[in-house]
Amino acid sequence: MTFEQSVFYVLAAVSIFSAVMMLLQRSPVNSALYLILNFFCLGGLYLTLNAQFIAVVHISVYAGAIMVLFVFVIMLLNLGDEKRLREHLGIRMYFGIAFSVALLAELLYILGFSSANAYVQQSPSAAEIGTVEYLGKVLFTKFLFPFEITSFLLLAAIIGAVILAKKKVVQ
Amino acid sequence: MIPLNYYLLLSAFMFCCGVLGVVVRRNAIVVFMSIELMLNAVNLTLVAYSAFLGDVTGQMLVFFVMVVAAAEAAVGLAIIISLFRNKQTVNVDELNILKW
Repeated sequence: MTFEQSVFYVLAAVSIFSAVMMLLQRSPVNSALYLILNFFCLGGLYLTLNAQFIAVVHISVYAGAIMVLFVFVIMLLNLGDEKRLREHLGIRMYFGIAFSVALLAELLYILGFSSANAYVQQSPSAAEIGTVEYLGKVLFTKFLFPFEITSFLLLAAIIGAVILAKKKVVQ
Repeated sequence: MIPLNYYLLLSAFMFCCGVLGVVVRRNAIVVFMSIELMLNAVNLTLVAYSAFLGDVTGQMLVFFVMVVAAAEAAVGLAIIISLFRNKQTVNVDELNILKW
């Protein structure tokens, strides 16, 4: 087994483990911590795919910004109280498990027949594509309009978040 | 070299974990985290295809997915905060004011 393969297998195993553990944790803080572990593994997987810039942005945006927001909200809501965390699971849980296993089986079935089986080697230009230089050039030429539109989206999200979370006097 | 299929398999498994979390968990914050997990699984697929096909479009799409995920997290958590303020719970079974 080469170094690259062992890195992939370790990262894949840890990301699967952390995704499953995230679902099994009762406390949302533990779920958030496992999700952060999952994000770091994904960052490593992006590196194995030669997507350096995506890897760095992924770590800083997801693990750095979004998860801090999550942990901050968990702290703000004070959900540590066990009584509020109790989840009544009955027949619905078995249905949910059955449906997601069915979805996984479908995806695996499709993957078995897909043309993706033919790709065993990364493209020779993969290392060049992942660099900041190349991505920046494409982002500010071909994808300039979507890039500008995202600024509106973020502005709308900021305004929405402030209005929704603003302190309102109830009654 | 690792074949493309391995990345797609991993991504499919993570996506199904996210689906399971959304369907089974009742805590609104954990449901939200599961949605982030699904978005990340799709991102992995996009980056994998981008690397194996030598096409930069997949990585561009990942950028926009990240922007949408950030916006969604900000607005969604604000909604959770205001819901908690009014109902004192984040259990999605008890948040049924839109249901009739």
